Amino acid sequence: MSTGIGPGPAGTATGPAPRPAPVLSVRDLSVRFLMPAGRRVAAVTGARFDVLPGECLALIGESGCGKSVLASALLGLLPGNAQTAGSAFLGGLDLLTAGERTLARTVRGRLIGLVPQSPAAHLTPVRTVRSQLEETVAALTATRGRAALRTAAEAAAERAAFPATHLDRYPHELSGGLAQRAATALALVGDAPLLLADEPTTGLDRDLVDRTVDELRRHVDDPGGTEGAGRALLMITHDLAAAERIADRVAVMYAGRIVELADATAFFGTPGPRHPYSRGLLEALPDRAFRPVPGMPPKLGDLPDGCAFAPRCARATDLCTGQAPPSGEVACHHPHVPEDVRA
Amino acid sequence: MLELRSITAGYTRNAPVVRDVSLTLAPGASVGLLGPSGCGKSTLARVAALLHRPEAGSVLLDGEPVRRWRHSAPRDQRTAFGVVFQQARLSADPRLPLTGLIAEPLRATGRAREIPGRIAELAPAVGLTPDLLTRRPHEVSDGQLQRACLARALVLRPRVLVCDEMTAMLDASTAAALVAAVEDYRAATGAALLAVGHDRTLLRRWCDRTVHWDELT
Repeated sequence: MSTGIGPGPAGTATGPAPRPAPVLSVRDLSVRFLMPAGRRVAAVTGARFDVLPGECLALIGESGCGKSVLASALLGLLPGNAQTAGSAFLGGLDLLTAGERTLARTVRGRLIGLVPQSPAAHLTPVRTVRSQLEETVAALTATRGRAALRTAAEAAAERAAFPATHLDRYPHELSGGLAQRAATALALVGDAPLLLADEPTTGLDRDLVDRTVDELRRHVDDPGGTEGAGRALLMITHDLAAAERIADRVAVMYAGRIVELADATAFFGTPGPRHPYSRGLLEALPDRAFRPVPGMPPKLGDLPDGCAFAPRCARATDLCTGQAPPSGEVACHHPHVPEDVRA
Repeated sequence: MLELRSITAGYTRNAPVVRDVSLTLAPGASVGLLGPSGCGKSTLARVAALLHRPEAGSVLLDGEPVRRWRHSAPRDQRTAFGVVFQQARLSADPRLPLTGLIAEPLRATGRAREIPGRIAELAPAVGLTPDLLTRRPHEVSDGQLQRACLARALVLRPRVLVCDEMTAMLDASTAAALVAAVEDYRAATGAALLAVGHDRTLLRRWCDRTVHWDELT
């Protein structure tokens, strides 16, 4: 299943080391919502990407572009009117066709640890952090007995740098950063090979964002996981600074499609992004041009035939409005060409 | 001109969140107030917008002391302010379509006749297309809803805009678009701005002057 997507050429003799098998391998994943009156909303279209062990892939894009639907599809948490196509292999298991029983018993918490968007809402408000950790340890591991559970819960808290002195507190007694660590501790209990962080930094101030993503990165680099190769992290975010800080690779999503998949250093530094939308997103940052991408994203229920970004794009031609953009690393008819590659 | 003099404010007795803070906003000036989460900057913004009565200290609007707060503040003082909050979802009535949301301050002040004209001016200014205006909050994205909340804050042509973490939930492009809409309005009307936030880079780029919370106390 060799594709053009990835950090390096797969299977070439010049490669320094064989590429490790991906933890998560998503191929042509599409999600459609069936709406009343026969309308169909194309929330995700043809997503293809891999996440390798010890790697952080940041999925970035505007709100409403389909990022969270993609995450829900991986966890089997889509509502009843959703239809999926394609595959998402985690080990030998296709997450899209797995039954609810498999998802509940082997996937959620065990194969995928979810770091939620709003930790304060994710924690049970009427129970202490210790009690929630002990319950999670009992449910996900073979640890039994009161004393053993207590020790295991304390160890889990320590892994996420949650202070033992705060274990007997209720969620409302925690600051945003500590609530985030408590939620991360819960996500790590099952020792899942894939961490899925859905907007883990929304609403946090910059220092807390930095601390939160640094901690996530630490869990990626930590030789935990099942084979000691480190965990894989899929971080869904609209915070470009957070993505720049910890990501190895970046996937940019627009109107349900991944329009660019790039190495993070090249993407945020030189030569920079190649898709015009990705360039526009970076140019909107206050430490760059601070200039918004003109216009608004299209409605997912009414996407144009050609490139969905064409109406907002300065480089668009007749080709863009007529034909769907090519698939590959950059889904664009007229991508920016890095200076040094131009012949 | 908005003056906050030695403001002490909070929510429980003997435990003020804001202690003895002073801040002056000259006409047409823009001030960015920086501080970490939980420092009390949002409380100060609420006091400045007459939405929270301080325990001590005084607020002067154009030299006139503010004596009454929230609903009981005199209309000319109350409508001098436009406020945009961080969480658009929580500050939008879910039953109203976006037009109703933007027009609400006009209805509340008995100026319903101005609604069509103001909507026609404001929707393009904040980047809302006609098809979005008939939708309700659950049918639009966070960014689109925040655009409507900004239009609502501008609909009465306030002299002072208070933006409390207006862009914290938004992607870079929407954030830049909303800041540009605020600056266009200020350029046209000479309104003053108090922008509260934790993003140093953003506030330094946006405002004439940024003050850190620690410098005020």
